[in-house]
Amino acid sequence: MDRRARAVPGECTGIDSRLKLSFAVTDAPQGTTALPIEIRDLTKRYGSVYALNSVDLDVHSGEFLTLLGPSGSGKTTLLMAIAGFNRPDSGSIRFGEDEVILTPPHKREVGMVFQSYALFPHMNVADNIGFPLKLRGITGSERATRVEEALETVQLSGFGARNIDQLSGGQRQRVALARAFVFGPRILLMDEPLSALDKKLRERMQIELKHLHRKLGVTTVYVTHDQREALTMSDRIAVINDGELIQLDTPEVIYNSPANAFVADFIGESTMLPLKRDDAGALFFRGQKVGDAGADEGKDWTLVVRPERLFFAGAGAETDDQTIVLKGVLREAVFQGESEMALVAIDDGTEVAVRFGTSGRASPAASITGDQVSIGLDRNDVIIIPGEQAA
Amino acid sequence: MNWWNRPAADTQITHGGRLWLYVLSAIIMLLLVAPTLIVVPMSFSDSQYLEFPPSTWSLRWYEEYLGSTKWMRATATSFQVGLLTMLVATPLGVMAAYALFVSRHRATKAIFLLLITPMIVPVILIAIGTFYAYGRVGMNNTIAGLVLAHSALALPIAIIVVTAGLRSYDLSQEQVARSLGATRTKAFFLITLPQIRFSVITAALLSFLTSFDEVIIAIFVSGGTNATLTKHMFAALRDYIDPTIAAISTIMVILSSALLLSIQFLGPRGSKN
Repeated sequence: MDRRARAVPGECTGIDSRLKLSFAVTDAPQGTTALPIEIRDLTKRYGSVYALNSVDLDVHSGEFLTLLGPSGSGKTTLLMAIAGFNRPDSGSIRFGEDEVILTPPHKREVGMVFQSYALFPHMNVADNIGFPLKLRGITGSERATRVEEALETVQLSGFGARNIDQLSGGQRQRVALARAFVFGPRILLMDEPLSALDKKLRERMQIELKHLHRKLGVTTVYVTHDQREALTMSDRIAVINDGELIQLDTPEVIYNSPANAFVADFIGESTMLPLKRDDAGALFFRGQKVGDAGADEGKDWTLVVRPERLFFAGAGAETDDQTIVLKGVLREAVFQGESEMALVAIDDGTEVAVRFGTSGRASPAASITGDQVSIGLDRNDVIIIPGEQAA
Repeated sequence: MNWWNRPAADTQITHGGRLWLYVLSAIIMLLLVAPTLIVVPMSFSDSQYLEFPPSTWSLRWYEEYLGSTKWMRATATSFQVGLLTMLVATPLGVMAAYALFVSRHRATKAIFLLLITPMIVPVILIAIGTFYAYGRVGMNNTIAGLVLAHSALALPIAIIVVTAGLRSYDLSQEQVARSLGATRTKAFFLITLPQIRFSVITAALLSFLTSFDEVIIAIFVSGGTNATLTKHMFAALRDYIDPTIAAISTIMVILSSALLLSIQFLGPRGSKN
């Protein structure tokens, strides 16, 4: 499977892209097994609570799509609905041309990886992976060959005879994965499969999963609450909160042009600053023009600043066409290893976080707590969202 | 260093310091087991009456038991009823435990309580109720009637044992199996059942014992050629006391202990399923 076209980040930043509908469509190549998923008006209620509220979602053929949201947002409910373990109250789910809303799980031909791996402890590795083949009447040497191929794909050649309790966490993860794709499913679903691994292993598995997805070319829906994991792995991210789809786009667009305060807050670090709109539609922060609301009549606007997009400007720096400069007092500077985090209080006491590299060039030189500092924000890095900041 | 001053555990408390605990434990165990074990020497007595300690020894009461068609028929009935109870109560118990475990319905707690009532209600009440109910439908003195009544008694035990087994089982395995192409039934038999098999075997053996040891319901609803061993023993105790009872008791104690011990040893080492 070849590389995907990605939306160019530069095109999507700033106020313009918020008003422009940015559909970064991936030119998904047609894999042999990949199938698109088309979800329409999917609703699931538990009592008076909507776990899913009229969700529309298209997963392109061969795409790696991540459902990202806090716990209880409905992302797992949505995944379980696609798998068939959860019957929605209304709506439609189509795999390619086929409506599957009434199809039982075992007829959906969907590979699934659970958070707990759910390996069968009474079978060895080869029997675990061979289980879906056995159910399909594939026996003898063909089964053995396909199991061995799957083991090779997940870099566990020769592990077939091992028992499950002889495997490490990462190895179990790979076996669960091999079992999910060995029968050539049209769709692969994963429910937080890496959350039980430690950080180092998790990050390595993220890259491996991405490779594997590229190799298999199977449509993949991945659930996580880890925004970093979502940014790392996905072709597109569907941000879900309170049972609703908030934003669906490429990681770059989600990060650079969040649709609202929730997305801006949930993904990446951010400081939110309220803006004032004048009659002409221009948006101001403390008297400095930062953007334009255009035709949008909305009253409340918020400036989102990412700590790593801010920098320390020289003492005499002033706002110009290129840069917005804020002046304030350095409150605290915290060393965090690969970077340093500074909290700067701008005039009325609002604190803005600034993240800067720890190379000699980037640090705020001799600034110590209590010093007057100027922080700069490139106008290209301005993110403006409608509405007030999240509560 | 002698045994007395050696630490008994990681706590550095010596065996000597634990002496009171050993003595207390021994007394409690003796009180629990002695009444059961006292029949063993009595069964080897040569006397016409129950006598402890026996003055002379013989195997005549074992010969008496094994040679009597009445006792043998009762024994066969008890085995038959026990096995049938096991075959009725075990599948029902597994099904009920599984359903209650999987379901998120609000009524599961109430249904569970309802199903284990035979364990809470005094058996004599169940026996009286069953007797009158069977009288209406003509099921007194039948094997089927006794099996049904004993199954009601065994069911709560089977449910509790299997529920305990399911609790350490990860149900998402069954979901995985279904996503991989297994029907729900297949997923249960191929994935779930093999992993809770020790609980199921335990439930089966306990169901058998529940029926085999049961006397109160048997007194009420079994009789004639379908009277159980326990009912005959009770009648024998009441009408004429001879050491045949002790011989039978000894055999029953050995059988029950063997079954319970086999449950302990059959179970997976380390994990309690």
